[in-house]
Amino acid sequence: MTHTKISMAQALNQALRDAMRADDSVVMFGEDVGALGGVFRITDGLTAEFGENRCFDTPLAEAGIVGMAVGMAMNGMRPVVEMQFDAFGYPAFEQIVSHVAKMRNRTRGRVALPLVIRIPYGGGIGGVEHHSDSSESYFAHTPGLTVVTPATVADAYGLLRKAIEFPDPVVFMEPKKLYWAKEEVDLTEAQPGIGTAVVRRDGADATLIAYGPAVPVALEAAEVAAAEGRQLSVVDLRSLVPFDDETVCAAVRRTGRAVVVAEASGFASVSSEIVARVTEKCFHSLAAPVRRVTAFDIPFPPPKLEKYQLPSVDRILDAVDDLQWEDS
Amino acid sequence: MTTVEELLLPSAEPVCLIDQNGVPHENPSYAMPAKEALLDGYVQLIKGRRFNDQASALVRQGRLAVYPSSHGQEACQIAATMVLRPDDWLFPTYRDSVSIMSRGVDPIETLTLLRGDWHSGYDPYEHKVAPQATPLATQLPHAVGVAHAARLKGEDTVVMALVGDGGTSEGDFHEALNFAAVFHAPVVFFVQNNEYAISVPLSRQSAAPSLAHKGIGYGVPGERADGNDLAGLLAVLGRAVEKARSGEGPQLIEAHTYRVQAHTNADDASRYREDAEVAPWLERDPIQRLTTYLERQGWLGDDVRERAEAGAVEVAARLRDGLMPEPEVDPADLFAHLYAEETQQLREQAAFLRDELAREEA
Ligand SMILES: Cc1ncc(C[n+]2csc(CCOP(=O)(O)OP(=O)(O)O)c2C)c(N)n1
Repeated sequence: MTHTKISMAQALNQALRDAMRADDSVVMFGEDVGALGGVFRITDGLTAEFGENRCFDTPLAEAGIVGMAVGMAMNGMRPVVEMQFDAFGYPAFEQIVSHVAKMRNRTRGRVALPLVIRIPYGGGIGGVEHHSDSSESYFAHTPGLTVVTPATVADAYGLLRKAIEFPDPVVFMEPKKLYWAKEEVDLTEAQPGIGTAVVRRDGADATLIAYGPAVPVALEAAEVAAAEGRQLSVVDLRSLVPFDDETVCAAVRRTGRAVVVAEASGFASVSSEIVARVTEKCFHSLAAPVRRVTAFDIPFPPPKLEKYQLPSVDRILDAVDDLQWEDS
Repeated sequence: MTTVEELLLPSAEPVCLIDQNGVPHENPSYAMPAKEALLDGYVQLIKGRRFNDQASALVRQGRLAVYPSSHGQEACQIAATMVLRPDDWLFPTYRDSVSIMSRGVDPIETLTLLRGDWHSGYDPYEHKVAPQATPLATQLPHAVGVAHAARLKGEDTVVMALVGDGGTSEGDFHEALNFAAVFHAPVVFFVQNNEYAISVPLSRQSAAPSLAHKGIGYGVPGERADGNDLAGLLAVLGRAVEKARSGEGPQLIEAHTYRVQAHTNADDASRYREDAEVAPWLERDPIQRLTTYLERQGWLGDDVRERAEAGAVEVAARLRDGLMPEPEVDPADLFAHLYAEETQQLREQAAFLRDELAREEA
């Protein structure tokens, strides 16, 4: 297979296309996903190829969209729905928490919901109010949901294919800041399993644990640190639920030091959970408390101020410097 | 005998008092607004149009992050506030900047959200204008709350709550209508049906005979008006406000208009509609038809034209001058206004950022 240079948006589009070609029960719907191809063009051309019954616009009602997906999944289909932006998934929160997450449990395993809720999330694109939330912690906190987020073009394709094949509901968080990032990839090779983290860079001194939009920032920090003589590992979680303790702990045990990097606010978040787990499981290997670099605990600020909110290379390096090194 | 349906259902055709050729139409139920109101409306329409066009130009120059223009919908924008008293409230969406300005809010403060320096630039209490709502229909239950509280306090305040055709599909719209009806809250729900919710046409949004018909299920009277006819809108909205104020409960008004431009600058309208569809709507322009009517009446003197043009020039200049310099933003603002009493956690985070920025500068 030849390697081609494509963006994450194109990879997601291809994943939907290939999934719809492979399985007639896969349907895609949401707001503006038809003729427009989605506001981020992730569904571009799907209606043209598969027709109105397979990719269609709904009335403007997120609870209705997710609620309908529940019913369609109950009746043998594999719905993939799009919440236009992170914060516009909140009207559907009740459906997601009360029904999507609990249906299998409520029915003693009789009703499964193989559906995917795609949510473009995060800041860094200069969006106005309500367009830059990181809502993953709400979903990760809800038992019954599987929550994944790609950081690379290849993973975007592979994870979405896996999510659509998955027997349970998956909240698929798409880092919108990375939609236009391009990579050379062979899509046929990209098949990460749900629940597996991956080591993106190996280094013996400390481990950066990141996911989604924070991964490229962590990699950049590792690059700078290497130039300054410190070798950092970077673990990309890919899957927030289930959580890959094995890969994360192996990396932390090897380096003895760790920093969690995430774009969401830190308080009561996925990043808090990671610190707790790593501390519980790797306590005797740790040379320093696990640090975090997250956004502040404030509503996502307006575009002109967002640069102060997002985790930066400098903040990551400062946190690494604080990991109680013998020589400092 | 009048039936419930007659009391609650809208007229068969949208109310129109001045048609697209500027010709007046007799309507048995609604009288033509007074000359002064129409002239005042004319002046505001011209100013509103200039506001829209100048703001769009500023987006192209990179001065505004985004601007959802109400070009072509200015009659709705202006009529919505003209029928209000100063102590009434306006609950706008992101598309209603012209309404907000016509309510007296400074144009620059109106655009703060869209420029990106803060989420809302004005004091909602000063002109009784709620912050612009981006999540669709979420402002409507708030509007009901304000109206209900006013009633409890014995005030005769009316709340004008704006929403788009797409927004009427959201659960919040339905809950707001129902609450308002049950509590008899003085809210005028004003739907600007501009035929599109980004790319989705009305036919995909609702199968109801009209959006005004949605009121009957909640016991809310519905009425519809030609959204490009300022005269008709003033009459219909004016009646609705009067009824709400006099204790007749919530009213639902649908204006039939059209989103002439794309949803925002980020939208490509050619993907979902033909130019041929837009053309006839340009001929129904709200400013053109009112101008024709006023001219034929012999009411549009040079003084009014000059007043309108002066207002337009002033607002354009204000936008250019006010939005040209890069806004000064203070990173310390990030931590302001979160809680009445600042938390230790936020104090620490603010100190962290201060140190970081000081180090960067050093
Ligand atoms: C709850 C919610 N879902 C989705 C969006 C994204 N969005 C912004 S504007 C818009 C279309 C709204 O259409 P309409 O209500 O008809 O108003 P118009 O923009 O035409 O004035 C959409 C889908 C949103 N703002 N809020």
